[in-house]
Amino acid sequence: MKISREDVLRVAELAYLDLSDAELETYRAQIDEILEYIGKLNELDTSKVEPMAQVLAEDQAADATLREDLLVPCEVAEDVLDHAPDPEPPYFRVPKVIER
Amino acid sequence: MATTWTIDGVKEALAAKKISARELLGDFYRRIEARNPELNAYLALTPARARRQADRIDALVAAGSPLPPLAGVPMAIKDVISTRGTKTTCGSKILENYIPPYDATAVERLEAAGAVLLGKTNCDEFAMGSSNENSAYGPVKNPLALDRVPGGSSGGSAAVVAAGLAVASLGTDTGGSIRQPGSFCGIPAMMGSYGRVSRYGLIAFASSLDRIGPFAGKVRDVATVLGVIAGRDPLDSTSTTAPVPDYGAELGKPLKRPRLGIPKEYFAEGMDANVRKKIEAGIALFRKLGCELIDIRMPHTDFAIATYYIIATAEASSNLARYDGVRYGLRVPDDSLLAMYRKTRGAGFGPEVKRRIVLGTYVLSAGYYDAYYLKGQKVRALIAEDFHDAFRKVDAILTPTSPVPPFKLGERTSDPLQMYLADIYTVTGSLAGVPGISVPCGKIDGQLPVGLQIFGPPFGEARVLQLAHAFEQAGGAEV
Repeated sequence: MKISREDVLRVAELAYLDLSDAELETYRAQIDEILEYIGKLNELDTSKVEPMAQVLAEDQAADATLREDLLVPCEVAEDVLDHAPDPEPPYFRVPKVIER
Repeated sequence: MATTWTIDGVKEALAAKKISARELLGDFYRRIEARNPELNAYLALTPARARRQADRIDALVAAGSPLPPLAGVPMAIKDVISTRGTKTTCGSKILENYIPPYDATAVERLEAAGAVLLGKTNCDEFAMGSSNENSAYGPVKNPLALDRVPGGSSGGSAAVVAAGLAVASLGTDTGGSIRQPGSFCGIPAMMGSYGRVSRYGLIAFASSLDRIGPFAGKVRDVATVLGVIAGRDPLDSTSTTAPVPDYGAELGKPLKRPRLGIPKEYFAEGMDANVRKKIEAGIALFRKLGCELIDIRMPHTDFAIATYYIIATAEASSNLARYDGVRYGLRVPDDSLLAMYRKTRGAGFGPEVKRRIVLGTYVLSAGYYDAYYLKGQKVRALIAEDFHDAFRKVDAILTPTSPVPPFKLGERTSDPLQMYLADIYTVTGSLAGVPGISVPCGKIDGQLPVGLQIFGPPFGEARVLQLAHAFEQAGGAEV
């Protein structure tokens, strides 16, 4: 077994996901099987391989120079707030943060 | 009998005043009314927007002005792509009432080219799936076989074109989500190289893998749509500065004895026998067309699924952290902020999304990052190297798109790993960043479509389209 119930609980906490007991067990079993499968990567010696952090090669990538730091109009604020769950323009209202 | 429209057909009919853009639009909405309830391919229709555009096109025709490349062409957009003022749900409950305040660049470009946008298509939730059975709004049925899946995650976009409910559509591809539904629905479907089409406005799943691409009834139309949406976008720093060729002009140029690679690893066990027969017939057709077929090895192919499901889920866990009920989408209220996050996400995400968030968070977490994520990124480099090496010897690579024909609804839903393994031939190209197309390659028992995949080198879209077009014109769909 690669992943325990506690592992899934810990990860669900990190990801702010409420999972029922049934979900916990189902996902645990499924992810366990997937991690088992993923283990096949250990068959490969990658000690001399650089991770592929970028997909585009140097000469294909977008121009790396930054644009001028100029203000550009962006008038979506009213629209966005109109559709927010609990707006109090110009704010998004949220419940208070409780210390753990 | 409903007409099968092509892009050229639409423009010719408009210019000759045989039909107006408004009339054509009306015709498509009537078809949609008749067939969509059964297929569930469209989630939302955009008639007001469509009519405004159609009126614009009709005014151009009346004035005798030149018509833009997609004038009056009825098109559909996958619901992970932002459309201003129109609900964009990503097939999820968490965005059930989300209305973007802006258009994706690809959508803007389509409309600037005259396309008439009919509506948003159904898809697997947040583009996670291979059958369109993970949508919170119900599955899509394959128009060619109603008890079977259309493929995923762009099942809706494929189905609408196959059913004549749009002339072309946009889908997205992260691990195969354009190519595989194209294969399952019997139509050509393409993803350009990573960076070929701007991702601005594409609601992110995996940022180093996501691509927007076209479905259409003919390869020529796929080429036309790709040409319209491709090109550098200052709003997407991962969009390439490489110029966009005239893809249409490249089609139909005589092939100069291209060398096509047949990678041994894609033809091993695990391929359905009937699929194999059709693919072999397709390869034989390429030989008849004067192509040189060369056996090649791509030794890291078998590690692609494992690599993909580490990287894609890791990136997804990061990208989906924004759905917290604060600014948009679903909010499940609570007195505590953190409880609101947990409850909102618990209620709003479906099982596949949750599974991937958990897996992705796990492989990135302290103590596991090196063993999984870093390892995955290294194997990704090896897979990309396989393609790089191959393209030193060949001009393009031929593979099946899917190891199996379209499967039945419900057949693979209880075992996630089985579902993931359906992507075995497509994820490789996704990881390597190369372009790929699926072209129709016969039908099993005259009904179930098979797709042949053609990979090209980075930014080799023209070559891929050329080969696909030649194959199609030579009767590839009927092998």
